[in-house]
Amino acid sequence: MARPRKKPVASPGNDDIGEDKRLELWRKQLEIRHCEQRAYDLFLQNLVKGTSHLSLGQEAIAAGFAAAMRPDDKSFCTYRGHAHTLARGVPMEQMLGELMQRDCGLMRGKGGSMHLTSIDHGVMGSYAIIGAHLPIAVGSAWRAQYLGHDDVTVVFFGDGTTNIGAFHEALNYAVVFKLPVVFVCENNLYMEYTPIGAITAVEHPAADRAGAYGLDKIIIDGNDADEVYRTAQTAFAKARAGEGPSLIECKTYRHSGHSRADPGAYRPKGELERWKEHDPIKVYRARLAEFGIADAVIDDIEQAVKAEVERATAVCKAAPLPPEDILTTDVYADGGWAWRN
Amino acid sequence: MAELTYREAVAAGIAQEMERDERVAFLGEDVAAAGGVFKATVGLLERFGPRRVIDTPISEQAILGAAMGAAMTGMRPIAEIMFSDFLAVCWDFPANEFSKARYMSNGQIKLPLVVRCGNGAGSRFGAQHSQSVENWAMAIPGLKVVAPSTPADVKGLLAAAVRDDDPVMFFEHKSLYALKGEVPDGEHVDQLGVARIVRPGKDCTIVALALMVHRALAAAEKLAERGIEAEVIDVRSLVPLDTRTILGSIARTGRLFTVEENPRLCGWGAEIASIAADELFYDLDGPIVRITTPHIPLPAADNLEDIVLPTVDRIVETVTRSMA
Repeated sequence: MARPRKKPVASPGNDDIGEDKRLELWRKQLEIRHCEQRAYDLFLQNLVKGTSHLSLGQEAIAAGFAAAMRPDDKSFCTYRGHAHTLARGVPMEQMLGELMQRDCGLMRGKGGSMHLTSIDHGVMGSYAIIGAHLPIAVGSAWRAQYLGHDDVTVVFFGDGTTNIGAFHEALNYAVVFKLPVVFVCENNLYMEYTPIGAITAVEHPAADRAGAYGLDKIIIDGNDADEVYRTAQTAFAKARAGEGPSLIECKTYRHSGHSRADPGAYRPKGELERWKEHDPIKVYRARLAEFGIADAVIDDIEQAVKAEVERATAVCKAAPLPPEDILTTDVYADGGWAWRN
Repeated sequence: MAELTYREAVAAGIAQEMERDERVAFLGEDVAAAGGVFKATVGLLERFGPRRVIDTPISEQAILGAAMGAAMTGMRPIAEIMFSDFLAVCWDFPANEFSKARYMSNGQIKLPLVVRCGNGAGSRFGAQHSQSVENWAMAIPGLKVVAPSTPADVKGLLAAAVRDDDPVMFFEHKSLYALKGEVPDGEHVDQLGVARIVRPGKDCTIVALALMVHRALAAAEKLAERGIEAEVIDVRSLVPLDTRTILGSIARTGRLFTVEENPRLCGWGAEIASIAADELFYDLDGPIVRITTPHIPLPAADNLEDIVLPTVDRIVETVTRSMA
């Protein structure tokens, strides 16, 4: 478990983040938490199909980075991407609708849980092949540099990704060309079903390798949204200033198994309980209180989020399945699927 | 009309598109300062500078990934994979990523990118630098697949590929880089998905691609001496596939031969044979015959490589025997 860092003494007078941003971080984390819990419930009712990979326990990373992003920044994530998608502002019914593979879904049921994409929100896709999106994110950053834009590309991935070749190719490439991309490793200690330490040569799978590419070794408490937010701001400022990429390893823990088929029984007894003591939602509620934010304000946001989950669920349950005529649309850029005349 | 080599036509095509559109940039291993291992990109760095003509590390996944990320966010990149065999190193990108992004995103993502590579045998490089892999790409929905046989087609089809909003796999034939031919002056843009009848004939149709087009043409001349007038079609583009031209020819001649460098199993000739059998069965006057390499890895030695590739003589003998 990550050692909690010494926090500054909290008082409204020394709040570098500010109440509005804190409440945004609170809301984003709650949206992810409650929406993901609902996704799990809907799976048990056989309404969420296929597979799904939840980020319960990892909400602070998605929320912290998204809160530091501008609307024109681009984010790339993995199949465990509900959190990152919601955090960028994608409406809940579009996400749940895609998980339920309804016509109201983000991609009208053509993508599914592992491929959430919303270009309008800068959500450049969720990638189900481990590591593939790191070089793709590098390309997005190259475009920004090439066209003289100052948006930043952020790419989220798991600890398991650090052992695939694309991770190393992408890092080397981004450093060589000094591209405005921020690599974010969500180290939840497990590569699918296997403890990352058992199959990785170094203790910190991302940060220990940063030096090999001339990057700083950055390890943060991924369950502390404030720390994530501050780290993101620093990395984004560096990228926007033309000073190149960063690699950040966020220590965290997923409360559920790898995917919904996995109860996580391989985890040592007591490990989950210890991490739940450091649950990002719990940590953040206490933080808000430390900064003197009234319980009523904190609770009102939670109630509003819960109501939004209910509303989105009802919309999705009532939504039709996608029409069969979209089956053959958008294979090619002319909107169709014809490969011959 | 200027006479250019096939390799000069590559650089001319890239230059024409870079001149026209700032969003076109070009990246690959040894493509800039060295001008490409096949010298197909000589002069581009000097003309467009290192911002637009980029020497990359030997990182095929990074090259295709970067091209994809740039294409989906507003550029129109051209990426080179030096030998088409190396596509296997980064096959995730054509197979899973840029072929499917448009569909999975329900049309949100557009991917105007071109992947060029040196394809095909004849240079004694051995089995890992000599393959014809255009059939790999043809099997994946979402990709377009082009393989030119002349300098004019290189320039025109490359320009068309760059302007296309789909990912295009562009297979240049290594044994054709020195071939000279007339290339239209000024801006030259062709159209994807149009096959060309390169020699008219009434007795049979020979469908070929890239280097094999030239061998099929030479074979047709010899066949004419034997009284067989073969119509030769250069497919040029496997996806989109111009079945109208191909089937129209077969309907007239009643016979179909395909000539390809692919190993016997699952080459593109099998697909064309299948389409012809489906749609023209009652117009056929004899069996459809595929002329391919055997189902073996490519050997390096002169005499062995020469045996496995379809030769002019093998095409002549096969057609003659079948037509008898």
